[in-house]
Amino acid sequence: MKWDFKNGIPIYLQIISILKMQIAGGGLPPGSQIQPVRDLAMEAGVNPNTMQRALTQLEQEGLLYTQRTSGRFVTEDEEVLREMRKSLSEQYVRELFESLSKIGMDKNEIIEAVRSYQEEPAVKKEG
Amino acid sequence: MAAIVCNNLTKRYGKTTALQNVNLSLEPGRIIGLAGPNGSGKTTLIKLIQRMLVPTQGQIMINGSEPSPETKAHIAYLPDRDFLPDWMKVCALMDLYGKYYGDFDRASAEQMLANLAIDTTQTFKKLSKGTREKVQLILTMSRKAEVYLLDEPIAGVDPAARDYIIRTIISNYNPEALVLISTHLIADIEAVLDEVIFLKQGQIVLHENTDDLRTRVNMSVDEYFREVFKC
Repeated sequence: MKWDFKNGIPIYLQIISILKMQIAGGGLPPGSQIQPVRDLAMEAGVNPNTMQRALTQLEQEGLLYTQRTSGRFVTEDEEVLREMRKSLSEQYVRELFESLSKIGMDKNEIIEAVRSYQEEPAVKKEG
Repeated sequence: MAAIVCNNLTKRYGKTTALQNVNLSLEPGRIIGLAGPNGSGKTTLIKLIQRMLVPTQGQIMINGSEPSPETKAHIAYLPDRDFLPDWMKVCALMDLYGKYYGDFDRASAEQMLANLAIDTTQTFKKLSKGTREKVQLILTMSRKAEVYLLDEPIAGVDPAARDYIIRTIISNYNPEALVLISTHLIADIEAVLDEVIFLKQGQIVLHENTDDLRTRVNMSVDEYFREVFKC
């Protein structure tokens, strides 16, 4: 797993979004086991309390569950997973709209830009 | 109970005031950064906790007692410079630690030294500076102490060694123990800190949970530090 932290955002929130992306992208499939807190904290180079806080919040959101004896697992509840994907996609779309409106595009222009990208992704290469 | 409490702590060296009216309460189970530029009083504060210095005024309590040989026995201290008898071999240094500190876990130290492929039959002074720093950190972190005082543990090492040191601190994390790390290189360690203390000219200008601080100022702790201590 890749752990890159940005400035100015609480680290536990960044851990939560990294883990959500992993779950959504299949890196952590439904039912798979999560490493122990300390191992994950070491891998990410963060404080174990911070990692614990992130995992606890993911548990509260129903994305992870703990089995007393065997550890922590990704939920297999389809409904919860669907909700998470939906909220992730809303977040990305919101960020897209916010960035593009900063450079002066209005709602229709943004939708048009998305549509044209979707139709001709090839011409949108860097450059 | 707080692991370390300072009440109106002041330390003067002659006319120079190194620490002025410091009030702190540090809980166990936390990794706390003590940040400030050179000469801000970090080492003085650590030495007062370690009972190497006596306060001019005020009081320190360690797990409810005043600093004494008894409290000192539960503090693992890493000074900011080489402090071991350098003519000794690394394995003899482990013997020394085992003899002096009842809480020294030799198996854990041997494991960490082996992970780094450090030759324990080598004389300490023949090791490179970075390796010496790693050996000192390993010996310190192999104690099952209640308080760890690490004075500039990452100042002189390369980025790979720094990552190793940070992982060593995390892997030895004990929910009952307090880790206090002094540094002027915050960017390197800020992700492992629960709380941060800013010292400026002997006074505490900030003591806050790091994630709360990031939210409040919308910056990394390092960026905020640079702003507060701008020359």
